[in-house]
Amino acid sequence: MSDSPAKAYLGVPVRRPRVAFFELSSCEGCQLQILNNEASLLDFLSLVEVVRFREGMSGGSDEYEIAFVEGSVTRDDEVGRLQKIRETAKVLVAFGSCACFGGVNQLKNRFCLDWVKKEVYGDHPVETAEVRPLDAIVQVDLRIYGCPVKKEEVEKIVTHIAIGSDITYPRYPVCMECKANGNVCLYDLGEPCLGPVTRAGCDSWCPNNRAGCWGCRGPSDDMNILQLVDIMKRHGFSEETILDRLECFGGFSGHLEGLKK
Amino acid sequence: MKIDCNIDVHHLTRVEGHGNIRISIQGGVLRQAEWEVVETPRFFEALLVGKKWDNAPWICGRICGICSIGHTLASIRAVENAFGIVPSEQTRKLRLLLKHMETLQSHILHLYFLAAPDFLDVGSVFPLINSHPDVVARAARIKLLANDVCDCIGGRRLHPTRTVTGGFTMLPDKKELEGFRSRLIAVERDLIDTAGLFRTFTIPDFIRETEFVSLRGVDEYPFIGGELVSSDGVVRKEHEYRQMTNEYTVSQSTSKWARLSRESFAVGALARVNNNFSLLQPSARGVAEAFGLAPVMHNPYMNNIAQLVESVHVVMDSINLINDLLGTAWDAPRQPVVQREGIGVGAVEVPRGILYHCYQFDKTGHIVRADCVIPTSQNHANIQHDLTALAVQFAAEGMQDRDLELLAGMLVRSYDPCISCSVH
Repeated sequence: MSDSPAKAYLGVPVRRPRVAFFELSSCEGCQLQILNNEASLLDFLSLVEVVRFREGMSGGSDEYEIAFVEGSVTRDDEVGRLQKIRETAKVLVAFGSCACFGGVNQLKNRFCLDWVKKEVYGDHPVETAEVRPLDAIVQVDLRIYGCPVKKEEVEKIVTHIAIGSDITYPRYPVCMECKANGNVCLYDLGEPCLGPVTRAGCDSWCPNNRAGCWGCRGPSDDMNILQLVDIMKRHGFSEETILDRLECFGGFSGHLEGLKK
Repeated sequence: MKIDCNIDVHHLTRVEGHGNIRISIQGGVLRQAEWEVVETPRFFEALLVGKKWDNAPWICGRICGICSIGHTLASIRAVENAFGIVPSEQTRKLRLLLKHMETLQSHILHLYFLAAPDFLDVGSVFPLINSHPDVVARAARIKLLANDVCDCIGGRRLHPTRTVTGGFTMLPDKKELEGFRSRLIAVERDLIDTAGLFRTFTIPDFIRETEFVSLRGVDEYPFIGGELVSSDGVVRKEHEYRQMTNEYTVSQSTSKWARLSRESFAVGALARVNNNFSLLQPSARGVAEAFGLAPVMHNPYMNNIAQLVESVHVVMDSINLINDLLGTAWDAPRQPVVQREGIGVGAVEVPRGILYHCYQFDKTGHIVRADCVIPTSQNHANIQHDLTALAVQFAAEGMQDRDLELLAGMLVRSYDPCISCSVH
């Protein structure tokens, strides 16, 4: 990709950072979102120099500045891989909910590991560990939330990195975006929703489709779980439903005291 | 004649997930040919236990980043079968249309971005942006259409939002469906050109007699539910899937393996085409015939061509489905769900082959046991046996290391494996 033209921003040519993509335990869907953005893929590729992307390209270089790491750590060999990436990268990006919070994978942590292994593999030996997000192992410089990540947000953040601008996240919850989009409140349609407590930035992706929020982007600043529980209960939802939503992607772990079954 | 050869591919590229190829030939004798899967298990079957039924499709879609729609639909079907829910005709058609467009986007992703670079002797699709701009633009155009339809019907191309037990949270705008119909009609030309491109590629000449397993179509080429069939003549009901898969563990793989009548079998586009050839849309059958693809085809590299054939089929069938949907007034988007104790199985043909989800629910609607059998898990043993036969055949012909390494990588890629999915 070295011969494609560099992008200009406000008339000034932008140096293309060397980026690499890596995946730990994950569905690799967040990476695929890059290839899935047909309309803007070529623009994206003119902004960065992709030097490693195993799912999409053979070969590759270990000289990169920005590492996008998808997935959570679920086996000891992933610890070493992640540390090596940390040593090489100037900027390490936790890419998607699995990397930021453990994602759906961390639902495994509800059980003891011996039972988990036996349930799936019987007596066949298999190695696994408690699921951890990247920042439990290494320093994480940037987080791109979501299951899956939203391509517009990825592109905005990459652009900001390329031009050396600060990265900011919405401090407010999904509810704000949902209201701005003019949606009928999911609670009025009889659906549970974590919109009041989840960090915005997805443009209320699920509520726009009449599906309640499951909190994949984790908590917004100053969110109030007790108020959410009150709303949920007033609309007739059980503690189990509340917990199912809050614990699904791992973003609210640490806020679940008193809610455990 | 070639005497020695050592191939060691760590984390094969341009496939989903992590697998290694090792081939060792000494003195013209094959010492080792191994397809090793080292992916970390995520234990979906365990983490579902104790969860209420409505969690299953939402969580299980996350098994796969390529075929999340297929996983969601298999999960929904398992829940609906357990609760005795029969989807409405409207829901059935919308799900099939959604499924078709996932098949199209996945096949095109594989054909152009993952497989074609091998035939064009480049490492990825990226150099083709400059050397073959028309080809890349065409691939992007087809994929964009498929993904746009998925966004419209499923709410989102990856990890869909509108697909729920009982139907959909909301329905697409009919105006949008009309627009997609026009784009589908226009994309036929792109598929003809795709066939033209693949006609310029040399498909490796390698045959190994194989058992093929898929859904069995009755009136239409099968994608969602129905009987299971193998090219060796085994027929089973959907709920008897365990007798079709017979999963077992092996030391070389964190994914389970499967077998039926022989030491291994294959699933995927080639299996579906082999088992349901007469049910393909006529123009899709025409493409198959142009490539000499007729049942039963035993060359695994022809799975690429089978994906091309299916791409044509799903486009033609999607036009018909949209015509049907536009010809009737919208019914309610979803039907009520009443939970009950029981076991449900959902079998769905996803891009890489037949996928099964099975859940056992207690009377409060909580999952007691879960089982997911992934297409690529069913293919791993067959890939291993193909790899051994390939190494023996080409070592005897005195092939160079680099060529054998390329052919071995292309063999695995032909199956379009979804490795993290297979381990889940």
